[in-house]
Amino acid sequence: MRDLELTGKTEPLRRETELRQVMVHLRRNRAAMAGLVVLAIFLFCAVFAPLLTPYDPTGTDLSRALEKPSGEHLLGTDELGRDVFARILYGSRISLAIGLISVAIGMLIGVPLGAISGYYGGKFDLFMQRIIDILIAFPGILLAIVIVAILGTGVGNVMIAVGIASIPIYTRLVRGSVLSVKEEGYVAAAKALGLGDLRIIVRHIMPNCMGPIIVQSTFQIATAILWAAGLGFLGLGAQPPDPEWGAMLSKGRHYIRVAHHLTTYPGLAILLLVLGFNLLGDGLRDALDPKSRNSR
Amino acid sequence: MKRLLLSIPVLIGVSILVFSIVRFIPGDPARAIAGVHASPQHIEQVRRELLLDEGLHVQYYVYMSNLFQGDLGQSTFSRRPVATELRERFPNTVRLSVAAMVVATAVGMTAGIISATRRYSIFDYSSMVGALIGVAAPVFWLGVMFQLLFAVQLGWLPSGGMGTFRHLILPALTLGLATAALIARITRSSMLDVLRQDYITTARSKGLIERVVTYKHALKNALIPVVTVMGLQFGTLLGGAVLVETVFSWPGIGRLMVDSILARDYPVVQGAVLLLAVTFVLINLLVDVIYAFLDPRISYGTREVE
Repeated sequence: MRDLELTGKTEPLRRETELRQVMVHLRRNRAAMAGLVVLAIFLFCAVFAPLLTPYDPTGTDLSRALEKPSGEHLLGTDELGRDVFARILYGSRISLAIGLISVAIGMLIGVPLGAISGYYGGKFDLFMQRIIDILIAFPGILLAIVIVAILGTGVGNVMIAVGIASIPIYTRLVRGSVLSVKEEGYVAAAKALGLGDLRIIVRHIMPNCMGPIIVQSTFQIATAILWAAGLGFLGLGAQPPDPEWGAMLSKGRHYIRVAHHLTTYPGLAILLLVLGFNLLGDGLRDALDPKSRNSR
Repeated sequence: MKRLLLSIPVLIGVSILVFSIVRFIPGDPARAIAGVHASPQHIEQVRRELLLDEGLHVQYYVYMSNLFQGDLGQSTFSRRPVATELRERFPNTVRLSVAAMVVATAVGMTAGIISATRRYSIFDYSSMVGALIGVAAPVFWLGVMFQLLFAVQLGWLPSGGMGTFRHLILPALTLGLATAALIARITRSSMLDVLRQDYITTARSKGLIERVVTYKHALKNALIPVVTVMGLQFGTLLGGAVLVETVFSWPGIGRLMVDSILARDYPVVQGAVLLLAVTFVLINLLVDVIYAFLDPRISYGTREVE
């Protein structure tokens, strides 16, 4: 461990300036900043939900069912008299958790597999690529649906399902970056110095693959949130009484003629959160790409 | 041809995965296949038919040989052959997806081309903001909002079901919009790229009118990335179809699959998943063929001959 730190002594300085460049560029990007603000608001809502609303997201009051938005109930009430605003606030916890955790699962499995595949090549690589081909043969959300069909419904299984469904994306991405980075001179130098494969991958190759991984993860969180909401909508995701946005929308659909606020607002919440991640992702992609950084 | 061969292992892998869906479910696969309300005798019969007491490779062999004879098992819910159920529903999913792709291409390319030729105009800004929203909006929510606007409030179109052309409009629009947004963005950036090229400047300096330059010289080359994205998007479209079919009560494969998962009708789930995945693999194959056809090097060669 200690000599890892020694060999990396000159690294932090260079990386800090690089980081600063990226930050400066990102800060100038108005769309990305707007995305960041949206995400900050959602994060704030998720963390401080109990302070922002006096209502319990699962507390029913049948005498006040299906009320239109008013001063008392900002976004109205649902068919069981639950406050829609409170449910959306608490729902942001579920959506953010699903987005972050499922992407973490996808990354934790997909990135090492991609790195090993790209670095060693050979039979393992060939084998991995065929497996990935098979997983990619399931279009979009379908793989997540198939996994949920096996595991069963519920928020935890949705995280696992969406996480597994995002593994192929990381494996492909990282394998590609590793393939190009491993031809660099400093990797040959590290090899010549007799460093172990693991250290070369972790210390010298991966830091140079981080850009695309960060950008992809930002978009992937957005996709994960959309998929999870879709699963919730189909009745395959979070189960009642969880205030999950997709499930709320699905229930509210039955009252569309009398109380469309039950579907309009949860949908808007999903849209805004996904938009926030997409805007930030666009900004990060531009900021991390030296070519577009100079051309602007 | 090489791509064709490469898709064979993928298809085999897909079949193994679909085959294992039932075997992965905790509990007795025979019970899962026979259905929740099956009698002990029936479960025993299923166990024998599927050779569940034999090794997995024997079971897979039986599954595959049945598959090649068009036998996908029997629905535990309707007691009808799965193949029949799929055959009835599949054309509906195809019709919906193709209609959505037409919408996506028409809307997306038009918006992208206009945006590129009138860069930084109000149209450009509004269509790009629209595209951002189109990508971020959950497709099922869009569907419900369209129902609210066009069916409940305006009463122009039916809110669900299938039958006339009017029934197709809202589902196709809903399913196509996200793809339209993506196609618009790609078309715009690809057109802008092409319009910067030397041969466009040459064409302009030859005194050709702008419209000829845009449509004859630029568009043809700008289309290559667009076609690629369209192919890749077909998967998203098929996935989205599952959601859109549920919103609009459209009797397609996706809805059948979801209903079957909820009813634990596993033979139908297997059949539907297999069909969707195989369709997707074949579409990708087709896209590769088309892509080879449009290959930049080939079209570059012919242009020099011109």
